[in-house]
Amino acid sequence: MSARTNLRVPQVLTGLALLSVAGIAAAEYGLNLRPGVTTIAQEAYSLHMLILWVCVAIGIVVFGAMFYSILNHRKSKGAVAAQFHESTAVEIAWTIIPFLILIGMAIPATKALIAMEDTSNSDLTIKVTGYQWKWQYEYLNEGVNFFSTLSTPKEEIFNRADKNPDYLLEVDNPVVVPVGKKVRLSITANDVIHAWWVPDLGMKKDAIPGFINEMWFNIDTPGTYRGQCAELCGKDHGFMPIVVVAKEQAEYDTWVADQLKMADAAAADSNRDFTMAELMARGEKVYTSNCAACHQANGEGVPGAFPALKGGVITTGPAAEHLALVMNGKAGTAMAAFAGQLNDADLAAVVTYERNAWGNNKGDVVQPAAVKAAR
Amino acid sequence: MSTAAAHDAHDHGPASGLSRWIFTTNHKDIGTLYLLFSLLMFFVGGAMAMVIRAELFQPGLQFVNPMFFNTMTTMHALIMIFGAVMPAFVGLANWLIPIMLGAPDMALPRMNNWSFWILPFAFTMLLSTLFMDGGGPAGGWTLYPPLVLQTGDAFPFVIFSIHMMGLSSIMGAINVVVTILNMRAPGMTLMKMPLFVWTWLITAYLLIAVMPVLAGAVTMLLTDKFFGTSFFSAAGGGDPVMFQHIFWFFGHPEVYILILPAFGIVSQIIPTFARKPLFGYSSMVYATASIAFLSFLVWAHHMFTVGMPLAGELFFMYATMLIAVPTGVKVFNWVSTMWKGSMTFETPMLFALGFVFMFTIGGFSGLMLAIAPVDFQYHDTYFVVAHFHYVLVTGAIYAIMAGAYYWLPKWTGNMYNETLGKWHFWLSTIFVNVLFFPQHFLGLAGMPRRIPDYSIQFTEFNVISSLGGFAFGLTQLLFAYIVISTIRGGKKATDQVWEGAEGLEWTLPSPPPYHSFTTAPVIK
Repeated sequence: MSARTNLRVPQVLTGLALLSVAGIAAAEYGLNLRPGVTTIAQEAYSLHMLILWVCVAIGIVVFGAMFYSILNHRKSKGAVAAQFHESTAVEIAWTIIPFLILIGMAIPATKALIAMEDTSNSDLTIKVTGYQWKWQYEYLNEGVNFFSTLSTPKEEIFNRADKNPDYLLEVDNPVVVPVGKKVRLSITANDVIHAWWVPDLGMKKDAIPGFINEMWFNIDTPGTYRGQCAELCGKDHGFMPIVVVAKEQAEYDTWVADQLKMADAAAADSNRDFTMAELMARGEKVYTSNCAACHQANGEGVPGAFPALKGGVITTGPAAEHLALVMNGKAGTAMAAFAGQLNDADLAAVVTYERNAWGNNKGDVVQPAAVKAAR
Repeated sequence: MSTAAAHDAHDHGPASGLSRWIFTTNHKDIGTLYLLFSLLMFFVGGAMAMVIRAELFQPGLQFVNPMFFNTMTTMHALIMIFGAVMPAFVGLANWLIPIMLGAPDMALPRMNNWSFWILPFAFTMLLSTLFMDGGGPAGGWTLYPPLVLQTGDAFPFVIFSIHMMGLSSIMGAINVVVTILNMRAPGMTLMKMPLFVWTWLITAYLLIAVMPVLAGAVTMLLTDKFFGTSFFSAAGGGDPVMFQHIFWFFGHPEVYILILPAFGIVSQIIPTFARKPLFGYSSMVYATASIAFLSFLVWAHHMFTVGMPLAGELFFMYATMLIAVPTGVKVFNWVSTMWKGSMTFETPMLFALGFVFMFTIGGFSGLMLAIAPVDFQYHDTYFVVAHFHYVLVTGAIYAIMAGAYYWLPKWTGNMYNETLGKWHFWLSTIFVNVLFFPQHFLGLAGMPRRIPDYSIQFTEFNVISSLGGFAFGLTQLLFAYIVISTIRGGKKATDQVWEGAEGLEWTLPSPPPYHSFTTAPVIK
């Protein structure tokens, strides 16, 4: 091998490396952790910066020595190898010094951790339940209870429309909280493990079926904060975002009142009968946001994973069994129990829709009263 | 040659044809089989990585559906860990431990054959799940219940293939332990063994300790799915978090199984090319043993967000931080070995130096991840993905490549093409950083891992990362070319191969005879 190639290879490649660095510098957003808007997020951020700088300092010393050696102690420069190969004093020093540095890191880390895990004295408690693939929020004292699902249109996901700035980080019903209050979340899950995470709030916690985990945050600046499920939870793991809107107390109170009014209206729906057309229209909406992820918009499902509803055994069988399956789910499969997730009118509508859409044409109608009786 | 004469020649060579490879009990043949199998799996797992990076090249869903994407991330991990990195280390152990210790072969040659030949069947079965109803496993390589229980027909096949891989690993590990403890040449005391042998001895004990734990955990999944038990089902009185504890009790030592032999390889190579003895040999041995011991006490740092008690979080944070001490000692020792040496930079040395530099970067991000209050932000993001690819790709795989270039002339008797080797190193090193360094930024900005589609703020760095990924993937074809052409021919290697190389393997001819050290050498 010639000395000429020896020189040329690194030079060509250094050029390429510089090009890619230029690409990184051109990227639009920051390279660092987000400072966040809550006390704990800011604490995490300053700890992150501390450890980062400690690592950079150690890196400069270690890599500095390494590259000095690489540049100077090379045979081509006539270096003759020394033969030393141990020094107990040095070994002890570089065991003890890192240990002391670690203690220096552990102290602030311990303080921060204790503060983060202290969920006592909260002003407001929201129970968060993860589902495949949506979140449920129950305000325990206010009586507000709703589901929150992705609102990004399918056209954007499948590249048939331009993506909006909040692509995949937008929901139909955001969590609304008052500013300046300590909000405690009680987090659990209904099917598989999820994780609730909004980066700006500084904490993530797993949502685990059968467990209730707790975390807290306090937001001082009104605004909209976006995050995502952070624990792999199946097919649509990437499609169950979280949006938190922090509002001034007065606006928050209005929002709570509106939510309660809407809940009353929905309850009233359960006590009346619908026409076939009303049920089909409402059912299609319910189907799109709750069922289409697995059974597909065309009702054909995914062979081997999610059964087809078009011409399916259940959807063309007796209505009572169909309703029971939707309400109670099927153990050991991804089919969830929707009795706790949908109200009577929505359940009636979706079952009616499934029985009459895609050429199933059973012609029968399930009314909210039937759902109420089945509960 | 008459039958009688052939019978008199006891130093018989290999059988001819395919049966040589199927029935072989020769450590060199089995080492070669392991290494070639590992190379094949490296490309299979790499192809899956290319699918992942292609889908993530742009936001939106372009090439694959989310379920198949999850299958790719799951299979990529299983194949790279159990099919590429671990068999490569076992292959190196087979080739090198006997000739480093002056032993004629491994202690248990028939079991050696069996432990290799299980693997092709295990991976054929694992890969066949891609074509089953419901697709391959898509719940992540960590197999967390309840999600993993939603796997379709593939589920029992995945579990059984993991059992087979575990069986193979345990047999390989037993073989290594028995060989090292019983078959050293006279005078080769434990503290005279090459560091590669030491790191493998410790790794083998880790394997024997934790592979049965994994087998137990996946068997419990199997009975939960098919036999009505509720180990991990909250509804039946079980505990889904318990699986994570058991899994990571296996999983964290597994991480060191994937890196300790790499430490050994690098500790062989740096002294050779610095022409200077390894600095702090005994502290290297003690550091390796400390890392192995600590690896049993830190598993729950993979689970800081599951809702542990504060005392648990503090314990696992402190214990994890402590690992930085022995790991630091190793890095300092490598740098001190270079210090005032007389270095040359052939391809094995370049990969070893790349290892020291980039593994240390992975070590720094590891230290950051150990800090529980900040890990709440990093956990399950691309920051973690960047971290473990720095320690596994530029760590474990760089060390394996360094080892391949270092010993290839000894194994084949031919020198590899040094110019191409250098190109392979520099292209790999640039592209691997283009591939993985931006993933730190993605994670810090808030991109979760294991998602097939992402919000548009993450676009730029995903584009850069994907381009780096494609280029890194293509560059590895160069490696395959170099290896194959070296096997087929090239400039003849000397027995010594490298000017500064020390150790029994360099006293043998290149390539070594089919049966070497039939009479044990004496070590003074």
